[in-house]
Amino acid sequence: MSVESVEREHIVSMRVENRSGVLARVAGLFSGRGYNIESLTVAPTLDPTISMMTIVTKGDDLIIEQILKQLNKLVEAISVVDLTERAYIDRDMAIIKVKTTLETRAEVFRIAEIFRARVIDSTNTMYTLEVTGTGRKIEAMIYQLESLGIEELVRAGHIAVAREPYGADTDRRSE
Amino acid sequence: MNGSKIFIEALKCEGVDVIFGLPGGVVLKIFDELHQQSDIQVVVTRHEQGAGHMAEGYAKATGRPGIVLVTSGPGMTNIVTPLADAYMDSVPIIVFTGQVSTQLIGNDAFQEADNLGISRPCTKHNFLVRDVKDLARTIREAFHIATTGRPGPVLVDIPKDVSINTAEFKYPKKVNLRGYNPNHCGDKTQVTRAAEAISQAKRPIIYVGGGAVFSNAADEVKALAEIGNIPVDMTLMGLGVFPATHPLSLGMLGMHGSYTANMAIHHADLVIAVGSRFDDRVTGKTSEFCPKAKIIHIDIDPTSIRKVRDIEVHIPILGDVKAVLMELTQALKVSIDGRKKDLREPWWNQLRDWMDRYPLTYAQSDDEAIKPQYVIDRLYRLTTDNDPIVSTDVGQHQMWAAQYFKLEHPRRWLTSGGLGTMGFGFPAAMGAQRAYPGRLVLCVSGDGSFQMNLQELATAVLYKLPVKVAIINNHYHGMVRQWQDLFYEGRYASSYLSGLPDYVKLAEAYGALGLRATSPSDVDAVIQEAVHMDGPVLMDFEVSRSENCYPMIPAGGANNEMLLQDPPHLSPATKSLVGVSDDSDSVLTA
Repeated sequence: MSVESVEREHIVSMRVENRSGVLARVAGLFSGRGYNIESLTVAPTLDPTISMMTIVTKGDDLIIEQILKQLNKLVEAISVVDLTERAYIDRDMAIIKVKTTLETRAEVFRIAEIFRARVIDSTNTMYTLEVTGTGRKIEAMIYQLESLGIEELVRAGHIAVAREPYGADTDRRSE
Repeated sequence: MNGSKIFIEALKCEGVDVIFGLPGGVVLKIFDELHQQSDIQVVVTRHEQGAGHMAEGYAKATGRPGIVLVTSGPGMTNIVTPLADAYMDSVPIIVFTGQVSTQLIGNDAFQEADNLGISRPCTKHNFLVRDVKDLARTIREAFHIATTGRPGPVLVDIPKDVSINTAEFKYPKKVNLRGYNPNHCGDKTQVTRAAEAISQAKRPIIYVGGGAVFSNAADEVKALAEIGNIPVDMTLMGLGVFPATHPLSLGMLGMHGSYTANMAIHHADLVIAVGSRFDDRVTGKTSEFCPKAKIIHIDIDPTSIRKVRDIEVHIPILGDVKAVLMELTQALKVSIDGRKKDLREPWWNQLRDWMDRYPLTYAQSDDEAIKPQYVIDRLYRLTTDNDPIVSTDVGQHQMWAAQYFKLEHPRRWLTSGGLGTMGFGFPAAMGAQRAYPGRLVLCVSGDGSFQMNLQELATAVLYKLPVKVAIINNHYHGMVRQWQDLFYEGRYASSYLSGLPDYVKLAEAYGALGLRATSPSDVDAVIQEAVHMDGPVLMDFEVSRSENCYPMIPAGGANNEMLLQDPPHLSPATKSLVGVSDDSDSVLTA
């Protein structure tokens, strides 16, 4: 088996028991073994006894293999899937407060439109924007807004699901 | 039924007949109920750490989980070391801790600690029981988790009100843990590939560890070795799983392993790793670990496989060692049939040559100080007919015991491998003795290690646990001193143990027997007297203070880079041991 030692971002989707302490177990595993967490979200699913965790982590093949195995070993982990290994859809969300002046107001609004962001609050000197999309899209938007003056930024972290297979195209490995 | 009674009934359902522990405020109700029954004995220790290691010794010797009951706060924090020890060495113990009442949790109440938070990284799993209705089910789950898959410690935190509140007692027959599937049976194709690789190998070696002990796979390891005519290296944790005197045994490998065991794995063309985890004390420099070998790795824990970056595993087999080995030997019988018998003759010639040229050895003359190796050697020869259980503490004496005490059967060897816990040996021996009152249980300890849990002498005397402790007394933290000799230019920073107690008087103070040997001619008599005594005995062997443990692979070295004796700058002619710092009075010449 060939192992690549190139670091890559992986999105891990985990179904866990919806109990207190599970998040601490997962977080403790990452910190205790020196793995990275880029982002982590957790929320209940349709089944109230199960929560879904989406973890974005970074590592080479060997590290990622260990992370998946270690997560799987947790008694309260019901399933662990590396979405990066298959076709998936992921979304991040950000709420961004952008300072505006008379000169920049239109430009901020235009950028928001390009990225299909919505203005969810507005004052004479500020727009508050809401944007969803892939991490890359959000980063692109932040990059454009930065020069105009971002006052505050909150990101939700990634959530992701596997794409449903369709037609004969069930073996697709990437988007 | 109140929670405390539910606790007792649940333990009875699990076949528990002894608990090691110490009472305190929030577990008073449980101890009170235990006091009023006679099915389960409580061995009350002098310190919670002692209780934890006793449970470990009990579990290692019997294969059944060891049970601990301690109070909240300091009771719990004192049990952290045994938990971490058991987690490293895969020992099934179940620790019940008291907790403050549910309504007080989080209020910095008296003797409150975050038991779950503290124990999370050093347990296989842990539980807080918030409702007495969940208590029986939780205990059932705790036993299941501790004893299945790769075994390990489980902690159950019981708040005071849960031990008092009442519920109906119903012990669940089945465990329903949808996220816990610890059983893996080796993939058939992989087993066939492994058998084929073994049949073709010219220089194969079995590298067997503690996993084979926990899996009760001694017979299967033996069958594999004998069918394949394969030499066997054992890890520290694997000692006893293959008979040390068997012609195929090369002894222990690793940092202080035998010359042949280390050379063999370094030059092998096929390594069959069985329930072992490529620990850094075994592999040495990982980039040069068995550079010419294909590796087969059989283990129940998926995270153990391909864990070490530089060590590629060619044929991983995920499964219970015993089950996989049974299949493997069957497959091997087929595939090895008809091959040339002399395929491995050159390999065995090489191994025999190494064994002849570099055996484990020491020299004891009558007119010099006792050699520590001599004590272990005599202990072994004088007691081996009794098939004793041997525990050790951690340090030089542990390595000498591993080298010179030849064990023929599994579950006779209780040692702290992964965590390296000084203070483990004596209570662990007591736990094993409690499980097997009629057997001979020895503890090989050091003058440093023994002091880390010596308070349990009281427990040994009180509960009539006739453990025979042999203190290899060199007045140093010997392994620390050895490293200082080799790597710190002989500066003995904090390794000289001034202020040692008189161990004979210490034993007597607790009502045990103390014996001392100061010259080689005393050794046999002391051992014989100890073995024939009914009660616990402390044997103080005043040994050479400068003896170092060899072979040794210096940290970062490969397995073929061993020191076999003191390097020239430490030769006896030039070496004088000087106690440093405030021990200016002790100029000790070797």
